[in-house]
Amino acid sequence: MTSQRDGRAGRTGLSRRDLLRSAAAVAGLGLGAGLAGCSTPVLSGLTTGTDKPDSVDYWNLFGGGDGVRMAQMLEGFRTANPGVDLSAVTLAWGNPYYTKLSLATVGDKPPEVAVAHLTRMKSMVRSGLLQELRPEDLARHGITPDKFTPATWEAGLVDGKAYAIPLDTHPFVMFYNTEVCEKAGLLDSGGALTPLDSPEKFTDAMARARKVTGAFGGVVAINSEPSTPWRIFQSLYSQLGGQMLADEGRRVVLDDAKATRVLTFLQSLTAGGLFPAGVDYQGSIALFAEQKAGFYFQGEWEISTFQTVGLPFSMTLFPNLFGGERYAVQADSHTLVLPRQPDDDPARLDRSLLFVRSMLDQSRVWTEGGHVPSWRPFLESAEYRAMTPQSNYAAAAEGAAYDPEGWYSGSGSNFETVTGSGVSTVLGGQQSPAAALAQIRDKLTALATTASPI
Amino acid sequence: MSTGTATRARPVPPVPAPPSSRGARSGLPAFGFLAPFLILYLAFIIGPALYGLVMSFFNTSLVKPGLSGFAGLDNYAEALRSPDFWSSLWHTVWFTILTTPPLILLAFLFALLADRVARGRWFFRLAFFAPFILPSAVVALIWIFIYTPVIGLAEVTLGKIGITAPVWLGSETWAMPSLAITTIWWTLGFNFILYLAGLQEVPRELYEAAAMDGAGPWQQVRRITIPMLARTTTLVAVLQVIASLKVFDQMYLMTQGGPNFATRSILQYVYDEGFTNFRVGYAAAVSTLFFLIVLAVSAVWFTLVRRQEREV
Repeated sequence: MTSQRDGRAGRTGLSRRDLLRSAAAVAGLGLGAGLAGCSTPVLSGLTTGTDKPDSVDYWNLFGGGDGVRMAQMLEGFRTANPGVDLSAVTLAWGNPYYTKLSLATVGDKPPEVAVAHLTRMKSMVRSGLLQELRPEDLARHGITPDKFTPATWEAGLVDGKAYAIPLDTHPFVMFYNTEVCEKAGLLDSGGALTPLDSPEKFTDAMARARKVTGAFGGVVAINSEPSTPWRIFQSLYSQLGGQMLADEGRRVVLDDAKATRVLTFLQSLTAGGLFPAGVDYQGSIALFAEQKAGFYFQGEWEISTFQTVGLPFSMTLFPNLFGGERYAVQADSHTLVLPRQPDDDPARLDRSLLFVRSMLDQSRVWTEGGHVPSWRPFLESAEYRAMTPQSNYAAAAEGAAYDPEGWYSGSGSNFETVTGSGVSTVLGGQQSPAAALAQIRDKLTALATTASPI
Repeated sequence: MSTGTATRARPVPPVPAPPSSRGARSGLPAFGFLAPFLILYLAFIIGPALYGLVMSFFNTSLVKPGLSGFAGLDNYAEALRSPDFWSSLWHTVWFTILTTPPLILLAFLFALLADRVARGRWFFRLAFFAPFILPSAVVALIWIFIYTPVIGLAEVTLGKIGITAPVWLGSETWAMPSLAITTIWWTLGFNFILYLAGLQEVPRELYEAAAMDGAGPWQQVRRITIPMLARTTTLVAVLQVIASLKVFDQMYLMTQGGPNFATRSILQYVYDEGFTNFRVGYAAAVSTLFFLIVLAVSAVWFTLVRRQEREV
């Protein structure tokens, strides 16, 4: 600062200190760019769309264990197709990803293939951002509807047309500590968990697990991440057959009686001390990993976390507390989509579909991360059935309750934030079920009556 | 930062540069040298700001090219009617109220103490300034760990001395104060350094004279230090208010605006509407409204500084 204000230094030209300082600044910029280098959206944005023959640009949002396995699958594709120049970009999960994908497509610089959640994909279709996948094109690569779990394939259709190839279903599941459950007398002679398919059995199991852990029976993330409260609510509410939205999100059809029943039950778990009333995502993982809770409720993707810490655990379907004959559980699917290209190029389409098919063929690798494969050739193989605990909850795909349709709905959306925040106040004991429902209805109505930006 | 600034900043006689530098000839080269900055500034600050202002009058969507339909003042009307707009604006103001006074008072107090330390002053400077250089993501991770219920550092430590800790980030009442504590720890160093520099500019003779006249330490602080630091305090206060009003990172990273929207700041509301709901036109209107508020705060600052300069 001194030298800039000092008139004399200004006239004698650059001082040595200034020079050093600017050199440091330049180095800093270089370092920043270098760090960002592992996923340079800027670079890929600039390079995508330049007519590189034989190239496939692929965007995804996988971090953690999924990221590692995806990298392994990409390597598999490269080895099998040395003629195709695959460049993959990993972006931050959630809104940053969808924002960039939308803007790149609107700006005519889309990647050839991208990952999208099934519940976000439909908004993209309605915005005209995705290519329709014509049956004849898919058939050339052996991709036909009958090779997918029917529920998953149908959930992805928009007006009867396909725009996305489902890679998996990732349901909300129940993790349980096998040692805790054994001490609590919850395992049968074969080591399987006794069914907890009623509110009474469930509550009793949590109470018994709490006696063993000395802290809590089960744990579910409540704070900082509204999606998880939404997931547990949606699972139970769908078991009762409840619906949230209708007319593509323009109408709120929240069923007060059913929702109240679910919320009252959820509140009884934390009020009775069976579940902690205020714990965030990381905290919920920590409590289960440190054996302070016998049960943990989350999407199956956390499997790698607990495998890494070497916890004695297993996983199974989220229990059917209210459904009776009907099973339902909150779920979403990762799908592969082909963003709209500025020009039609049959060769590029085939290259892209070749890549999609390769991902499907490597479903085994993907399944290790806990996801239920939707590719039936693998799903129905003996190899999959031998995979435990992954195959324990395969039935969840058929009972998948996806987020309702609406421009403001889907994975990581404001719909999930609004409903999840309401549910979290009930779990945390800050609001009564009735007050929370009124709040959810108000906020959803505000969204439903807003003109769609799509 | 250094003591040199004070002694060297103003000894130059008021004949600054040769008169020729004011001639018309130098205008062009000056622009030439400014061009790299000006072009970037126009392209990345002024341009987008104006485009944002234009967008705020349209129903612009993130997933559609162009501005879409003209909305007139509808976006502004919707914002002013929206309870979410007002509640998030209040959260930002509440955060500013919680953070500004401690960040000024504590920074002054610590600077005063550090200034008195005879040996190892570098250590205290470093200790208070170190958190400030951490990126927000690191700060968030450290404090999420500290605030973790049941097994977190804060709850376990308080438990040992018999105090039942609140659910720091999980309770609607405590989440904002918790974020404020994090922020104070994180950014105190900046104000601390400003005060320390200010303290070193206060002439030692004043204290000597005061001591000879029988003034105690407290009187010296009250009658010499505080008045002499008035300009620093104005600067610190205004920079702090503006920084606090612009809060986003801590909430986005630590609570995502929760629990139950209790810590959603106005900037996160803009983010939620613009990027999550694709309604960039509406988001632009909200940020324009917020811009006007920050502008008003800055205007107050300018009047204050002007008045002070006239008094000097």
